[in-house]
Amino acid sequence: MGEQTTNIILKANQLSIGYKTKKVESIIASNINFELHKGQLIGLVGANGIGKSTLLRTLIKVQPALSGAITLNGNDLKSTGTLDLAKQLSIVLTEPLSSKNLSVYELVALGRHPYTNWIGNLTENDVSIINNALELVNIIGLKDKKCFELSDGQLQKVMIARALAQDTDIIVLDEPTTHLDMYHKAYILKLLQKLTKDTGKTILFSSHEIDLAIQLCDTMIVMQNNDVVCDQPRHLISKGIFESLFPKDLISFDNNSGSFRVTK
Amino acid sequence: MNKQKTYRPQFLLLIAVVIICFFVNISLGSVNIPIKSVFESLFGAIENSTWEVIINRVRLPKALTAILVGSGLGISGLLMQTLFRNPLAGPFVLGISSGASLGVAIVILGSGLFGGFFATALVSKWSIIIAASLGSFLVLLAVLAVSNKVRDTMAILIIGLMFGSITAAVVSVLSYFSSAEQLQQYIFWGFGSLGNLSWDELLIFFGIYLVGIVLSIASIKGLNSLLLGDNYAKSLGLNLKQSRLIIILATSLIAGTITAFAGPIAFIGLAIPHLTRQIFKTSNHKILMPAVFLFGAIVMLICDSIAQIPGSDYTLPINAITALVGAPVVIWLLVRQRQMMF
Repeated sequence: MGEQTTNIILKANQLSIGYKTKKVESIIASNINFELHKGQLIGLVGANGIGKSTLLRTLIKVQPALSGAITLNGNDLKSTGTLDLAKQLSIVLTEPLSSKNLSVYELVALGRHPYTNWIGNLTENDVSIINNALELVNIIGLKDKKCFELSDGQLQKVMIARALAQDTDIIVLDEPTTHLDMYHKAYILKLLQKLTKDTGKTILFSSHEIDLAIQLCDTMIVMQNNDVVCDQPRHLISKGIFESLFPKDLISFDNNSGSFRVTK
Repeated sequence: MNKQKTYRPQFLLLIAVVIICFFVNISLGSVNIPIKSVFESLFGAIENSTWEVIINRVRLPKALTAILVGSGLGISGLLMQTLFRNPLAGPFVLGISSGASLGVAIVILGSGLFGGFFATALVSKWSIIIAASLGSFLVLLAVLAVSNKVRDTMAILIIGLMFGSITAAVVSVLSYFSSAEQLQQYIFWGFGSLGNLSWDELLIFFGIYLVGIVLSIASIKGLNSLLLGDNYAKSLGLNLKQSRLIIILATSLIAGTITAFAGPIAFIGLAIPHLTRQIFKTSNHKILMPAVFLFGAIVMLICDSIAQIPGSDYTLPINAITALVGAPVVIWLLVRQRQMMF
């Protein structure tokens, strides 16, 4: 246990998330507690509209938490400055890029922004980190292509390389497998797993690919209507968490195979 | 091997073209002065004293104004297109030219309505410059106040457009009550003019322009991260509110002074950034910004040379020429490339 507590990178304590306007506070999920450990691949799953994106947006400080605390590397997220945060946490979002006229290399190089000087000149160190990121994701051959020339799968890899170039302890991805075919879904998630092993970084992603996540993740966060559970996939299966994830009229979870089946 | 492209030959070529256009612009006009004499006048003595006066008092300030106006409008257009992620944005989307127009309209057309202080038949140049500056400055203050409150960048765009509609309405009310001479003076101001600036005026113009350019250069890194979108930019450590403020301030300073001194010159600010993206095939602002600067200067110098119709006494409205010359070029580029670069 002692070793585990020192390895905690991201921690949520009595977190409650949602939207707040001047008058109304609409809570989407509350009483969220989890600890994410260094070098792990963590999948965040749950039904549509349960608040996965809201949770991720709160964790990456795009929107404030309603109550509770998030701790990143032992520091309160609220008091972490923008630039400081940029050196600890990088993101891959579902929103499209404003401009796809950048070359792959230029886009990955943007990941070095928190470290470069006022006009963004790259040092030798920056260049070698960028090249390393391109290599890890296996897209060296694409580096001179423009982003509008890429397929969805390729673009996702480029965005992951950009996050790697930012050289942060944790990378957070919002639904990295949407719009991808079955092969590329598996490819991207397998790549994320490999990256946690190769680089020791923590990777947190949300996904609807529960079957794949169960096979690949070290830890999973499961969001349900009145509960958020965080544990190893096999423990979650034995606790029967996945069985209650969806209404049973259409699909049911098969504990033996660890996957969902359509009810006949 | 992974050095980014430097585009050195392209930049050297562009600089050379700017210099050529600059001298050709000075040599052409109602009286054509040979390029050789232009050189003699600028770098030493010239025999013909009439030519010397023309060059020093008229042609040189006008050519310099053309460079400032072209480059300034191009750069402020680039800033707005990136900030608002909208290829249709230009330097005047924030309502800066509308504010200036309103100021000028009140001074020129308002004299009929208010009488008294304004009741001179034709209004002096300085009062127009001051009115335009005040007008754009007030709109700028309003936009800055709003942008501090509003989180969504797109909302600022809409608010700028609304300012434009309000001023257009006020101007049309004013023109309804104005005399023909006043209307004519207002319309002439709207044509834009690069000439008529004295060295003193040019110096003030240049001072404010320079502040805007320095702010723009300081924003280059932020602009590049904004290419990914607001959330990504923030995740890269960019202070979104502060960068947005600096970009808006730079645009307002540049576009505001240009409108005050040269009138609301359309088209250049929208077209030059597109032209540059098509030719340089990049969105990297470290390359785009200097390239836009040079292209803006070149296009404005060429348009001005055409507007003064070499060998004749006529001068066409610069606003008409910029669109007549520029629009077909942009259409041709877009049709040929079949790909909207942004």
